Amino acid sequence: MSMRTVNFTINGEAKSVQAESRQLLVHCIRETLGLTGTHVGCETSHCGACTIDLDGEPVKSCTMFAVQAEGKSLTTVEGLAVGGTLNPVQEGFWEEHGLQCGFCTPGMMITATALLRTVNEPTETEIREAISGNLCRCTGYVNIVKAIQYAQRKMHPTPAPEAVLQGGD
Amino acid sequence: MTQTIPMTSSAIGGMGHSMKRKEDPRFLQGKGNYVEDVTLPGMLWMDIVRSPYAHAKIVSIDASKALAIPGVLAVITGKDLEAYNLHWMPTLMSDTQMVLPVDKVMYQAQEVAAVIATDRYIAADGAAVVDVEYEELPVVVDPFKALLPDAPVLRTDKPGKTDNHIFHWEVGDAAVTDKAFADADVVVKQDIYIPRIHVASIETCGCVASFEKTEGKLTVWMTTQAPHAIRTVFALVAGHVGLSEEKIRIISPDIGGGFGGKVPVYPGYVIAVAASVLIGKPVKWIEDRMENLQADSFARDYHTTAELAATKDGKLTALRFKTLADHGYADAAANPSKFPAGLYHICTGSYDLQAAHVEVDGAYTNKPPGGVAYRCSFRVTEAVHAIERMVDIMAHQIGMDPAALRMKNFIEKDQFPYKSVLGWEYDSGDYHAALQKAMDIIGYDDLRREQLEKRARGEFMGIGISSFTEIVGAGPSKDFDILGIKMFDSAEIRVHPTGKAIARFGTKSQGQGHETTYAQIVAQELGIPMAHVQVEEGDTDTAPYGLGTYASRSTPTSGAAAALAARKIREKARKIAAYLMEVAEEDLEWEPGKFTVKGNPEAFKTIQEIAFAAYTNHPQGMEAGLEATHYYDPPNLTYPFGSYICVVDIDAGTGQVHVRRFVAVDDCGNIINPMIVDGQIHGGLSMGLAPSLYEEISYDEAGNCLGGSFIDYLVPTAVETPNWETDKTITPSPHHPFGAKGVGESATVGAPPAIVNAVVDALWHLGVRHIDIPMTPSKVWKVLRDHGVTG
Ligand code: FES
Ligand code: FES
Repeated sequence: MSMRTVNFTINGEAKSVQAESRQLLVHCIRETLGLTGTHVGCETSHCGACTIDLDGEPVKSCTMFAVQAEGKSLTTVEGLAVGGTLNPVQEGFWEEHGLQCGFCTPGMMITATALLRTVNEPTETEIREAISGNLCRCTGYVNIVKAIQYAQRKMHPTPAPEAVLQGGD
Repeated sequence: MTQTIPMTSSAIGGMGHSMKRKEDPRFLQGKGNYVEDVTLPGMLWMDIVRSPYAHAKIVSIDASKALAIPGVLAVITGKDLEAYNLHWMPTLMSDTQMVLPVDKVMYQAQEVAAVIATDRYIAADGAAVVDVEYEELPVVVDPFKALLPDAPVLRTDKPGKTDNHIFHWEVGDAAVTDKAFADADVVVKQDIYIPRIHVASIETCGCVASFEKTEGKLTVWMTTQAPHAIRTVFALVAGHVGLSEEKIRIISPDIGGGFGGKVPVYPGYVIAVAASVLIGKPVKWIEDRMENLQADSFARDYHTTAELAATKDGKLTALRFKTLADHGYADAAANPSKFPAGLYHICTGSYDLQAAHVEVDGAYTNKPPGGVAYRCSFRVTEAVHAIERMVDIMAHQIGMDPAALRMKNFIEKDQFPYKSVLGWEYDSGDYHAALQKAMDIIGYDDLRREQLEKRARGEFMGIGISSFTEIVGAGPSKDFDILGIKMFDSAEIRVHPTGKAIARFGTKSQGQGHETTYAQIVAQELGIPMAHVQVEEGDTDTAPYGLGTYASRSTPTSGAAAALAARKIREKARKIAAYLMEVAEEDLEWEPGKFTVKGNPEAFKTIQEIAFAAYTNHPQGMEAGLEATHYYDPPNLTYPFGSYICVVDIDAGTGQVHVRRFVAVDDCGNIINPMIVDGQIHGGLSMGLAPSLYEEISYDEAGNCLGGSFIDYLVPTAVETPNWETDKTITPSPHHPFGAKGVGESATVGAPPAIVNAVVDALWHLGVRHIDIPMTPSKVWKVLRDHGVTG
């Protein structure tokens, strides 16, 4: 099998890795780079456990080859917390009990983070649709929705009502 | 035993506090450690060749093409294992199951050979080119046909076996029951099929087996809910080839969901162990989703003819169930050994029935072995489904409101402890209160009015109730064992000199949050802040022996053990405190965290001071240290219960069932962490919804699996899952040390009949009496068409 050199940025770090042309991106992330927070639950694009952020879009890394990541910017669950501080989505999952076994959680949080980056105030229906490519067998989704709503409030706090200026007269 | 639990401060975080989970920071940052994350130096990969046929003779296996691939080190077949007498293994029900076949395969996707290679891709390349020549044999898919006299005998390995019958089991008084039916005003009868389903935890199964030749030590990281039991099984199965129990270490690291599917020993684990022993290097095996769905243990597959008798004013008098259980080619259920149909005889449910008779027969077919649970305690879901369906059918038949019929027949609060006619002793309950609460929350009477209006307009709206009684926490060891190992469970607590503690358990969390809830129990009992209690499970070298986590047994057994171990520690702490303050032990009063001299609130010793003294200044003649172990053998099972009400709207054009509302009132006794209990119920409800509307693993005539991938096995997403509404009543268990009952599975058990009852309730006036799950749009649409509703 032919090996290729692939260059990409992952969690802010530039990497150059050797990958067989048929290697799935998820295996490159987990096994070559040792970032095991991204999981595999099906390898057929159904479960979303392998979801990573690729140039701002959540994608299923089990359905891409590593070589297709050439020149891209990737974020995995390991890249969500900044300087050891949980991002609002991670915080929301902790506060609202949005995870149980934790296996779906990395992919779920990547999808949620991408949603909140693009939609300021998603409705519950929009949240449910956005995560419908990520299966969770443990939580029944109720608390995942709440976790995302928590993050949404944290990221976009409703501005305190401004004091109404009395006009002239 | 009093069952009121004093509330500790939130700094201590004992029972009743919704403490955030201690395990979460690692999961949230991608630092969990699941089996697939384990990588060892020199590790090899295993891939499995599987049978395309459901029943076939193996004519030959040619591995030469695979072995020619650079990087493929070995191809292991049944013949290789036969040389060590390891080609068969016992199941948890004392039946036998193949590890790898020597002469024939018994189901589609059965393991046929294993390829060991230096890399996962090379192992898969190898598996693709192992040439197996098969000769097809007649396939038996239908368990009823399996029991016909002319059916081909599947288990030809069993000397003298002339049929496909596995067991006959019955309970109850047949004559008394027959008489009650003969005397009844009204009898309803219904065939109910609960199809084969699969837990489909998002993490599949797998292991890393590492045999260290010099020391003869085997370590296996494995997706297992019961690591100690697995260790013993390995020692029993492979003792003759030198695997001795003290040299076997099973590590169950973080587990990505279990739900019963990670209780059995699958052939893949055993082959990986054999490969590591043979080759002397670590071997990793991780199954893919299709292997998981097609070959791992299934749940359910019960065909029941149910009958219920009543007086004309709705007093239930007798129940009769006759069930055929399809076990696949081996009885690999995970029931306690005395109970081939598990706890199915909880099927008199929440009702005061005076006569009942239940028969179950097991049959072999050409399907994967199993009969393990799908998030339920040993066949309780099957029992609850049947009784709750029948009660609803009876209510409709005699024109009584289903809620009123239930209220009329519930076991009364003051009848507890209640001895059921089939032999169980229910510990406590208040069924009327739970149903009333659910009715109040959902606005039952208004919904019935709305339903009438809608029906007048030709719209289909239904309201379904399920008032279930669970039976969990196996179990009293006099009745419960698995392969002879009694079903107690354990806790070991060590308090360190600085007043912090480590607690270890024989159970194994798969998402239930044990690191948090067990710490809360210890915090409650000792007053040590839960933040200072480190919980460990899953490593057989360090944890005390236990039977593991399934059947909602962790809180009833290991949780109880934690409380009792902590109380032993408290008694020693009392002695030390008395010594330190030079008072009599009787003069001390305990409150979580300290002993105070009665009448002198200024004179006290904290548990931290006492812990320090236990290592630095303990009384002469007393052993140093502050630790205890407890093996808890419950005096009885626990009986959580609840009432669920579901409202559905059915689209007459498409047959789509829309769950509009679902209210769940659960009673699991005293609660350790309300947030976690709620989460367990949400998850359980979703796994009740799934088989009700979506999931099924079926087979065509040739034995081809028709639900073998996520394309056709429909695990609900956030879009299909409703916004569950939960509430509770609290009826403590009188015999559990802190009055808890267990909750992980109640909702999976209770939800399906509420959903089916709602759908049938919407359609009863058309003449619809029953619909088997899953109630897919096409199935419901056909029912509507057959009843003249839609073209
Ligand atoms: S592993 Fe990629 S979607 Fe399931
Ligand atoms: S938390 Fe277990 S699959 Fe989502």
